[in-house]
Amino acid sequence: MAGATLAEKILARASGQPRVRPGQIVTCAVDLLMMHDSGGPRRVAQRLAQLGARVWDPEKVVVVSDHFVPATDLDGAEILALTRRWAREQGVRHYDGVGICHVVLQEHGHVQPGMFCVGGDSHSPSGGAAGAYMVGVGATEVTGVLVTGEIWIKVPQTLRIDCAGRLGAGVSAKDVMLHLCARLGMNNDAFVVEYAGEAVAALSMSERLVLCNMAAELGAETGLVAPDATTLAALSEAGRPFAGDAGAWRSDDDARFDARVVVDAAALPPQVAAPHSPAHSDSVECAPRGVRIDQAYIGACTGAKLSDLRMAAAVLAGRKVAAGTRLLIAPASTAMTAQAAAEGTLATLTEAGAILLPTGCGACAGMGAGMLAAGETCIASTARNFKGRMGSAEAQVWLGSPYTVAASAVKGRIADPREFLA
Amino acid sequence: MILRGRCHVFGDQVDTDALAPGPYMRKPLPELASHCLEAVDPRFAREVQRGDIVVAGRGFGIGSSREQAVQALLHLGVAAVVATSFARIFYRNALNLGLPALACPALVVRAGDELEVRPQQGEIENLSQGTRFACEPIPAPLLAVVAAGGLMPWLEARLAARRGA
Repeated sequence: MAGATLAEKILARASGQPRVRPGQIVTCAVDLLMMHDSGGPRRVAQRLAQLGARVWDPEKVVVVSDHFVPATDLDGAEILALTRRWAREQGVRHYDGVGICHVVLQEHGHVQPGMFCVGGDSHSPSGGAAGAYMVGVGATEVTGVLVTGEIWIKVPQTLRIDCAGRLGAGVSAKDVMLHLCARLGMNNDAFVVEYAGEAVAALSMSERLVLCNMAAELGAETGLVAPDATTLAALSEAGRPFAGDAGAWRSDDDARFDARVVVDAAALPPQVAAPHSPAHSDSVECAPRGVRIDQAYIGACTGAKLSDLRMAAAVLAGRKVAAGTRLLIAPASTAMTAQAAAEGTLATLTEAGAILLPTGCGACAGMGAGMLAAGETCIASTARNFKGRMGSAEAQVWLGSPYTVAASAVKGRIADPREFLA
Repeated sequence: MILRGRCHVFGDQVDTDALAPGPYMRKPLPELASHCLEAVDPRFAREVQRGDIVVAGRGFGIGSSREQAVQALLHLGVAAVVATSFARIFYRNALNLGLPALACPALVVRAGDELEVRPQQGEIENLSQGTRFACEPIPAPLLAVVAAGGLMPWLEARLAARRGA
């Protein structure tokens, strides 16, 4: 009998089964439930009241306000006030405007190897960076988890993605994911993705978060990376207690993967996705020359962590944003903003002419500052460029890594960052 | 449950930003729903009739976990969505909220055809063309939710049983 994959091991543990197999439907006990201000208390408080039910375990619930922060209108302000009240009444942990949910969970060590987690957000697979199995659901299912502490899962097949060699200068996890979206398409719902290989082993937790985060764009159930020394060091730094055997969660050597893909990481050039889909990705070398950029946006869980700000700074150091182009930067957490300020990264960005925006999901979700008008063209470090997502349905949004977005801001048109890093 | 309606046909990868556009996400549902699918078909929200059926290609509902993508369709009176395949969160959301979602890769329709849909049996009849199609089965836990009328009634029943025990 072949061994089990990491995903199968976590699902077996969470469902109390000795072994699970793809296609099997299992009921899993939830170790952590995350919700945010958009899909959280605003949408579940009334449902819980209607059911006359209490939160099954307040210790296992984390609320993060990130979508409507800081409030830009009365609707948003009321949603945020309701979120604060509900979190206080229920006695659950609430991070209020200090970062984007997936990044906050990682910063504070909430998601740990082997855990089974549920998030009320489609980019919840981000939790897989810590070697956990974390799935996104809608607000009604969040209500179900709040009441029962359980959720049903159809065990997915495991797609193993091996990233061979090291990524080159100016190439990042974002480029790997854009490449995979073009190569594998966005309908991989039968799969959980396990990322491995030399390039992945060399990546920081922030970069692994990008790989898992964009499993959502592959349409996969979730994504994960087996824990290693990098994972354990990050957990130690976060300061939350974790199990002694946390590093032992991995696919068996003789595990059977239902599908395998190899990415030649060393040869991968920077990628850009054309409007209006991450699957419209190709090498930046193939991008049309004359596309003028009105707005360059470095933001979101996918693209504005400290590692992303450093990538942008590497390109922007000693340079200026092109006339007629605006560069907006919304850091993914306030702790990362503080760190970027302390180390000088922030000054490099603002001296180049970047406009600093509040921490939050912001324009990525068409909700904060930085919305686009009809006819405008944007290049963003975010995960999605669906039509109308960042404002007008008549706007054009390209996607790239923070390196590529910064390089494009300097040139005022889509640019290859490698020429700035030589 | 037997649903009969006229169909509106869309292509592949109809995403949640098209179904529930971000700029209207903090607005009340009727206002949000009036912008449903406008990025793909600006006339849809105005012209859709109660009981109509949305038919689409692969990956319907890809993107966000926002349930408003489902609720906007329900608000507009859409009775069911039939697609070649669904994004996983949208699919769960739809059935949890009582919007029948059926994966039917074989379905052949023209815009405006009259369809008869039997969600629990997984059958679709194209009344305009006199053809029949089998859908992919709904997973057992979701079939129980559909039978209860959605996840909220299912939870109510479960809690009542627990209190009675």
